[in-house]
Amino acid sequence: MLIIATAALVFGVLLGFAAIKFHIEGDPVVDKIDAILPQTQCGQCGYPGCKPYAKAVASGEADINQCAPGGEQAVMALAGLLGREPKPLSAELGSGNSDEPMVALINEETCIGCTKCIQVCPVDAIVGAAKHKHTVIEAYCTGCKLCLPPVCPVENCIVMETVRPTATLWKWPEPARFSEPMRGAGS
Amino acid sequence: MMIKRILKKTLLQKPFLKKECKLHGGIKLQGFKSLSNATAVQILSVPPQLIIPLKQHIGEAAKPIVNVGDLVYKGQIIAEPNGYISSPVHASSSGVVAAIEARPIPHASPIKETCIVIHTDRKDQWHPFVQSTPEPLALPPEDLRQRIRDAGIAGLGGAVFPSAVKLKPTSDITTLIINGVECEPYITCDDVLMRHHADAIIQGALLLARIVRPQKIIVAIEDNKPQAFQSVTNAINRLKAAGAAAANTIHAAQVPEIFPAGGEKQLIKVLTGKEVPSGSLPYELGIICINVGTTAAIYDALYKGQPLVSRIMTVTGEGLDAPGNYRVLLGTPIHYVLANAGVARQHNAEVIMGGPMMGVAIADHAAPVVKATNCLLIKNTRQIRQPPASMPCIRCGRCATVCPITLLPQQLYWHARSKEFDKLPAYHIDDCIECGCCQVVCPAKLPLVHYFRFAKSELKARERERKKADVSRLRNEARQVRSEKARIEQEERKARRKAARKQVITPETNPDQSTPDSLNASSLQGVAPEPQTHENTSMVKHEDQTKTMAR
Repeated sequence: MLIIATAALVFGVLLGFAAIKFHIEGDPVVDKIDAILPQTQCGQCGYPGCKPYAKAVASGEADINQCAPGGEQAVMALAGLLGREPKPLSAELGSGNSDEPMVALINEETCIGCTKCIQVCPVDAIVGAAKHKHTVIEAYCTGCKLCLPPVCPVENCIVMETVRPTATLWKWPEPARFSEPMRGAGS
Repeated sequence: MMIKRILKKTLLQKPFLKKECKLHGGIKLQGFKSLSNATAVQILSVPPQLIIPLKQHIGEAAKPIVNVGDLVYKGQIIAEPNGYISSPVHASSSGVVAAIEARPIPHASPIKETCIVIHTDRKDQWHPFVQSTPEPLALPPEDLRQRIRDAGIAGLGGAVFPSAVKLKPTSDITTLIINGVECEPYITCDDVLMRHHADAIIQGALLLARIVRPQKIIVAIEDNKPQAFQSVTNAINRLKAAGAAAANTIHAAQVPEIFPAGGEKQLIKVLTGKEVPSGSLPYELGIICINVGTTAAIYDALYKGQPLVSRIMTVTGEGLDAPGNYRVLLGTPIHYVLANAGVARQHNAEVIMGGPMMGVAIADHAAPVVKATNCLLIKNTRQIRQPPASMPCIRCGRCATVCPITLLPQQLYWHARSKEFDKLPAYHIDDCIECGCCQVVCPAKLPLVHYFRFAKSELKARERERKKADVSRLRNEARQVRSEKARIEQEERKARRKAARKQVITPETNPDQSTPDSLNASSLQGVAPEPQTHENTSMVKHEDQTKTMAR
């Protein structure tokens, strides 16, 4: 009895110590989910950003198929991480997402310098000041489309452009399957 | 007699092979070299239009420093390097800048990249700045390296890594290898260069030795190029006869004919037995490997002051009128080269840049010749055979026996085909040099290299996306922290304003209350109580800002 009590006390102290010593800040599952998400911060999932969506998925509040920019790849990765069945992308997301990477472009002729787009940009990719022309830093733009009208009060001022393909960005196409002629690679 | 000679040769070479050939795998290929190596280098005429891409090297694309309409001379810098791993671009001939726009580049897809288009005046006039230096060996090494960078020299073997970057190793160099192996079939540009310009290569090697100070210099030549070997040996002997002290450190070595012994890491393995570890660079082992063409270009740059504006290139293929080697100005459109090298312009002719093993089929013949273009291999319509039908992999393992990197190609193929890209790094797909040996021996005729290229580019794209996502996450988090701070500050300001208003309304009733915020209160004294003026708010705001800054 005494031995068991002592052992319980020792383990209790040990566990208490371990809980303080190895305490992990934040939720590791949320961080893992967040790492899979593309960080477009577009809010198409119904949450105000990727992290809130990650939290919602972790708590079971949101489904894994709500991320439009992540597409099938993200759904598969989330399914793998959480041990759930993969499913097709939610139908509510619509078909406005192209596979091509897009960036916003501000037409400097029509920009009135209202700073509204600067206020909504989730990654601070727009520079400019009140009553001065604004511009998008292409390297930082995630293509979230949050700055498009109605946020931008001017029609045809902010438009989405596909990123111009370069040799560095180019991807080899998938080789044809068996018994089909293949092309491209040196024979 | 004949048998005796062959016997003698094999007997002589056997121990050599055993001692030197430490390369795993590799295959013996039919060379087809005699198609193009019989004649000396011919000079191709100046084309009416030069299309000069800003990115002809590994690293950042150069930044144009000329404008449309500018008159440029041959050898004039028209684009500056953008960053450390970058290279300047020079006008290949004199003329007028007609456009700076996206044009097709020599690539497997009809992709366009920014090029400087020059309408040549056919005078081919050098810039007055291009001056010869009589004694470059007397210059300080750092000066030589800078001149190599300014001359826009990048590895002409095909990898086009800026040479000046390669020549600034962080560790001591024991061996400088001048690579004249040229193991790919059909290509002979290095062969003819060594046959006819061996002196330039040797002088160039001495200049390189002045920069990196190696203990020895090896000029490596494949044993199927006896004439080139003889020519290089003669050049070294001439140097020795002239009494140059450096001549004793340099020697020519024959390496056995096996593909891909000419790859940088493979050649180091063959010559020294050392294996460059995955993810490392040769200089970490004290070795620098530079192509013979690059060495000759460095000679031209340092002795004659001529930047890299042209290169020797093989134009070859069965059934051509005049296969051979040509000195072509960089930026010459490929169809101009074909037309002038006796290839009728055929829409269906397949042009491969590089050799049959590692080259890529060029999508657009309007694309220019660039620093990396060592060979144009032309296949006429008649010769383009339907590639053999591929069959399922039977996992025979032949690919693994020939892989010079000792990878497991069947495993790479397996995962690439099922798009399980995340499994590929564990099989070291990044170390694959795409030599194509596995594809040649594959009994199922699988397009293995195409699969590896597909998987590699997919992995690279994912890596780019991941990096971008990380940046976006950080920027988004920073923004949230900032807006949270702004919100708190605003609330504080509101609270203070409220408190201030109370004080102003009842200043006499409770004077002690102003002590915690005395500065604020004193600034408000003597101001009309209502309504709160703009001046007041700005004062408060100002104070807030100072507080924020102090924080």
